[in-house]
Amino acid sequence: MSKYLLNKFLFTVDRDPELVERYREDPAGTVTWWEAERAGQILNCHSGEASTWLRFTDEERRALSQHDHVALFEMGAHPFLTLTLWIAMFERDATEPLGMQLDYARELAHVTLPYPDITT
Amino acid sequence: MAELVAVIASTHHPFYYRASTATGEDRPPFADEWVRKVEAFRETLTRARPDVLVMVGSDHFHQLWLDNMPQFLVGKAPFYDANWYNEEREFGLPRMFFTGQEDLSAYILREGLDAGFDLAFSNELRIDHSITCPIITLRPQNDLPIVPIYTNIFAPPLPQPKRFVQLGRTIRELVESWPSDKRVAVIGTGHLSLELGGPRQFGPHGPDPEFDRKAVEWISSGDIEGCLAEVSLESLHLPGNATHGFMDFMLMMGVAGEGRKADYVDTYDLFHTMEAYFTWYPDGGRQ
Repeated sequence: MSKYLLNKFLFTVDRDPELVERYREDPAGTVTWWEAERAGQILNCHSGEASTWLRFTDEERRALSQHDHVALFEMGAHPFLTLTLWIAMFERDATEPLGMQLDYARELAHVTLPYPDITT
Repeated sequence: MAELVAVIASTHHPFYYRASTATGEDRPPFADEWVRKVEAFRETLTRARPDVLVMVGSDHFHQLWLDNMPQFLVGKAPFYDANWYNEEREFGLPRMFFTGQEDLSAYILREGLDAGFDLAFSNELRIDHSITCPIITLRPQNDLPIVPIYTNIFAPPLPQPKRFVQLGRTIRELVESWPSDKRVAVIGTGHLSLELGGPRQFGPHGPDPEFDRKAVEWISSGDIEGCLAEVSLESLHLPGNATHGFMDFMLMMGVAGEGRKADYVDTYDLFHTMEAYFTWYPDGGRQ
């Protein structure tokens, strides 16, 4: 269980326009590539240095690979990161203003307080 | 010594820029009234004739990240670029550029550290919509130097609410003891009840109108003690999962002072979240 790594995936994809498109079109391939090549990259640090211990769990990998934002919420991924990236990927497909955001909320309607802890 | 000429607390709504500049069919029905309210609020800053703006906000995972997360950070740089690719993408915000009041940054850092706040600093800070939104609403000509101060309301573990109030009190003391003849306004932005990425997001109103009503009452009456008695890190989850941004309003209540009624109060009930605007004049508005 690595909320930090889930957040790191969402954060690094969201801030790269090419990765946003790649994750939209090929979620499973992007997650596999990212975990192998990018998960250990220490951000804002000397190039060539990397962490050696960061891995997704099977369920985390599945949720990201299937664009399952409900599961990400339930695992405690930071909701702002997930929402921001989902808007970037899927708002364009909505047929009316805020349609995507309201569908997103409806898919979480079963969630009750207290929400999953997002502390990392 | 410098003079504190205005204390301003506001929500920061990233959709204002797009709504207020949209025309024709793209202009939302709530835009005209929103613009009217913002322009009236803007006048409360204009009449204080500030020379320098201390801007309190919170980075939204732009430059500050979980591998190295400060709780309170002061920008100390001669200039600041502002707004980020994903804010341009989602909100249509423009790229902006600010001049820094670097000597006041240095003073706040030195004196703040000595006053018991282990403040982080940044000499190269790109600021985001928590600070650019109030510039767009309150000072669109963007002609004044700033000191940006970031708080962590976003990535738990967070500081306690009382710590935000204490920092606000300290910021006021430091502004008023700054050896300068400048007129300083302190502007901070946060949220009332707000849900982001959860089941209550983007409703017809903010997720908890009752919390919003109480929050506006606490702020407008300067009821810091009443607010601290009811608000905790745990309780702020209830009105909406992003409501910890309310702690920046609590910081601004600390700047304004216990029991100090706001001289200007306005709200606007929008979809998703309520807008709220407050101004205090420390000298009673005699200026």
